[in-house]
Amino acid sequence: MAEAAIELVGISKSFGAVRANRDINLEVQKGTIHGIIGENGAGKSTLMSILYGFYQADQGEIRVNGKPTVIRSPNDAIANGIGMVHQHFMLVDNFTVLENVILGAESNALLNSSISKARAELKRLEQEYSLFVEPDAVIEELPVGLQQRVEILKALYRGAEILILDEPTGVLTPPEADHLFRILKQLKEQGKTIVLITHKLREIMAITDNVSVMRQGTMVATRETAKTTVEELAELMVGRRVLLRVEKGEPALGAVKLSVRNLTVKDSRGVTMVEDVSFDIRAGEIVGIAGVAGNGQSELLEAISGVRKAVSGTVTLDGKPIDLTGAADPGELRDRGLAHVPEDRHHVGLVLAFEENENSILGYHDKPHYLNGPFLNIEAIRRDAKEKIEKYDIRPSDCRLKTANFSGGNQQKIVLAREIERDPGVLIVGQPTRGVDVGAIEFIHRRLIDMRDQGKAVLVVSVELDEIRSLSDRILVMFAGRVVGERGPDATEGELGLLMAGVEQQEAAE
Amino acid sequence: MDFLDVVVNVLNSTVRLSVPLLLACLAGLYSERAGIFDIGLEGKMLAGAFAGAAAASVFGSAWIGLLIAILVAVFLALVHGFASITHRGNQIVSGVAINFIAAGSTIILGQAWFNQGGRTPSLPSDARFNAIVLPGADAVRDVPILGEIYSGLLSGHSLLVYLAFLAVPFTWWVLFRTRFGLRLRAVGENPAAVDTAGISVAWLRYRAVICTGILTGMAGSYMALAQNAGFVKDMTAGRGYIALAALIFAKWKPVPAMFACLLFGFLDAMAIRLQGTPLPVIGRVPVQLMQALPYILTVILLAGFIGKAIPPRAGGVPYVKER
Repeated sequence: MAEAAIELVGISKSFGAVRANRDINLEVQKGTIHGIIGENGAGKSTLMSILYGFYQADQGEIRVNGKPTVIRSPNDAIANGIGMVHQHFMLVDNFTVLENVILGAESNALLNSSISKARAELKRLEQEYSLFVEPDAVIEELPVGLQQRVEILKALYRGAEILILDEPTGVLTPPEADHLFRILKQLKEQGKTIVLITHKLREIMAITDNVSVMRQGTMVATRETAKTTVEELAELMVGRRVLLRVEKGEPALGAVKLSVRNLTVKDSRGVTMVEDVSFDIRAGEIVGIAGVAGNGQSELLEAISGVRKAVSGTVTLDGKPIDLTGAADPGELRDRGLAHVPEDRHHVGLVLAFEENENSILGYHDKPHYLNGPFLNIEAIRRDAKEKIEKYDIRPSDCRLKTANFSGGNQQKIVLAREIERDPGVLIVGQPTRGVDVGAIEFIHRRLIDMRDQGKAVLVVSVELDEIRSLSDRILVMFAGRVVGERGPDATEGELGLLMAGVEQQEAAE
Repeated sequence: MDFLDVVVNVLNSTVRLSVPLLLACLAGLYSERAGIFDIGLEGKMLAGAFAGAAAASVFGSAWIGLLIAILVAVFLALVHGFASITHRGNQIVSGVAINFIAAGSTIILGQAWFNQGGRTPSLPSDARFNAIVLPGADAVRDVPILGEIYSGLLSGHSLLVYLAFLAVPFTWWVLFRTRFGLRLRAVGENPAAVDTAGISVAWLRYRAVICTGILTGMAGSYMALAQNAGFVKDMTAGRGYIALAALIFAKWKPVPAMFACLLFGFLDAMAIRLQGTPLPVIGRVPVQLMQALPYILTVILLAGFIGKAIPPRAGGVPYVKER
C-alpha cells in the first residue's frame, strides 16, 4: 500500500450556523488521482480551501506526508508542496504568462532575475510534462484551456507535489477536457498526487483511482473507482436513488410553433454573435442547442425572447412575427404564449432581494388574478406561491423567505414554476440546471419532458452535453455563431464534441 | 524681450506649475494601481501644505516642514486605507470625507494657532526650499539658446522640482522592474490572484497608500514651502482633482502622467502669461476664461475625449475573500 500524501482527520468547519464540514476524514494516497464528488454546497470547496490555507478548520488535523501540519495561509500550503488550480482562475489577465507564474514566488526584490529563472524553469516543465505555453503571451489573449495550463504551471513552478483541481472542466470543451485528463495522467505518472473536485460523475469514472463522496458537509464514502458504478456514486451523493437519464417516449410532433429564419445578432460591442441561424420547433418536441459557452447561444436566446435587437432575420411564433427591433415587450410575448427561463437567473430571472412569493409572480404581477384594483392582492399572490412551492417541492417551503437564501436548485425551481405554470405554448430555457444539484436536476428534467408530452415546444440551451443529449429530440450544435450541425438524440458525445469545437467546419473549409 | 525669452519663461513656469500636479498624480498612481481609488488627493495635499507651513514656521526649517507634511499626509492616507481596506468602505465616500476634513480643519487650526485668518505666518527664506542654481548656470547664461535653456529652464528650481521629475523614472522602475511593483499591479487587477499566491492583499494595499501619502505630502510641501511662502486657505484649488484627471488621461502610466501634468501646467502658465495680452485675431480674452482653461480641459478629458481608459480592474472594489 502506498503511503498517504494527505490525511485529514476529523476536520470540522462552521460559518456561523452553517456547518460546512463535519468531522471529515480523508486519506489521499501518494501518486494517485483522487476524486472528491458531491452536490453543490456539499462542502467540497470548503474542505479544499481548508487544505489550501484559505480557511482554518475549527477542529481536526491535517497531515501531509504523514506529518501533522498546520496550514494557516496559502503560503504554508505552498511550502508543504500543495498547489491549487481554482475554478475561477487566479490569474492577472493583463499580465504575461511569466509574470503570472512568478507572482508571489519571485526570487528577489528585482524582477529581471526572477523572470529569466522562470523562463528556464518553464522550458524544463514543458519538456518534462509537455505543457507548452508561450511565456510572453498575455493571459487575456489565451484560450481558457491554456489559461488553465498556466494555473497548473504556476503550481508546478512553486514545487507542488500535490495538486488540487476545483471543478477544472467547467469552462472547457470536451476535447480540452480530454487534453487536461491526459496532462493529469502524465503528472500522476511522474509521481504527483492529484485531488480532483467535481460534480461530474463521468470525469470521476474516467480518470480517478479513488473517489470520496461528500453530502451535506460530511464524507459519506470512499471507493476505489474501478469497483464502483455511476449509479452507486449518484445515490451516495444525493442520499437516494437517482435517475441519471430521464426516460421519455417518442415525441408526438405537432405544428410548427416557433420558426427562426436567417437570424443574425450582434452583441453590444458590435461583434456578430449569431450568424444566419435558421430552425423550427414543433409542438411536442424538445430542441437542444449544444455548444461551448460564448458561441452565440446567449445572444440567440435573448433575440428570440425579445430582449436583444437582431440585425436581420425573422422569428415567428404561431405563424405571427416577433418584433426583433429590440423594442418587443417581453410581457406581450408572454401573453402570446412564449415563456423564457433566462440563463442567468441571478441577474435576469430573479430579484434576489425579494421574497419568494414576489419573485413567483415577477412579470405576471399585472395579471388580474394577482390584483385587487390598483393594488397587489398579497393574499392571492402568497396562496399562489404556496401552491407552486408544494407542486415543485421548493425548499424551504416558506414563501416569505428572501430569494437569495434559497439554494441554486430551488431558485431555478422558482423561475421554472413561474414560467411553466402560466401554461405557455413555447418554453425557452437557458442552462436549465446550471448550479443545480443532482436531485433537483432530475426533477427539472422531468418537468421539461412533461411540457413536451403536453404538446408544448421546448427550446433548451445548455453547455452540459449530457443534459442536451438526455433531453433533446433534436440537437443543434452552435459554433462561432452558426448552427454547424443537427443530430438526433443518439449522437455520440465524441461526434458532438467535435462539432462543438468547430473541427468539422474547419476541415470543410480547408 | 525676444521670442526665446518668452518661450523659456513660459516653459519655466510650466515646470513650476506642473510639479504639484505631477507629485499628486504619481501619488494617485500608486494607490489606484493597487486598486484603491483616491479622490482624496486634494485633501491630503492641502493638509500636507498646511502641516508643512505650520511646522516650518514653528521650527524655522523647511526640512522639518517637509517631514511633518509627509507624516500628516501619510496619516490621512492610512485613514483612507483603514476605511477602504480594513473596513471595505466606499472609497469615494472616504476620499470625499478626507477632502472635507482637510478643507475645514486647516482653516480652524490655522486660525487657532496663528490668528491670521487661517493663514500661516509668512515664511522667511531659510524656512523654505529655495532655488538651486545648477553648476555653471550663471556662466552660460549668455550663450545663445542652449545656455539660456540651461540657466533659464533647467536651473534655478527648488529641490522638490528635481525630486518630482526624478520620481517619474523611479516610479516606472518600481512598477515594472521590482517585485513590489509586480505585486502592486497585480493587486489592482485581481486581488484574489495575489491572495492565493500567498501574499497579503491588505498589507500590499496599505503600502501603496503609504506611497500615496508620502507623495501628496511632498506636493503640499512644494506649494507651501517652495512655490509660496506659507499656507493660505484652500491653496490647492482643485489641483488634486486635476491630478486625477491627468492620471486617467495618462492611463495610469508614469511617463504619460508626466506629460499630462506638463500639459496642464502649460495651460496654467499660458493663462498667467496671456492675462491682459491681446491675442491675434481673437483680441483680448477675459482673464477668467484663461484661468478656467485647465478645468475645461479636465472636463473634456474626463468626458472621454481621450479614447478608452481602462482603469485597474479591481479599482474601487474592496477585497472580500469569497466563500
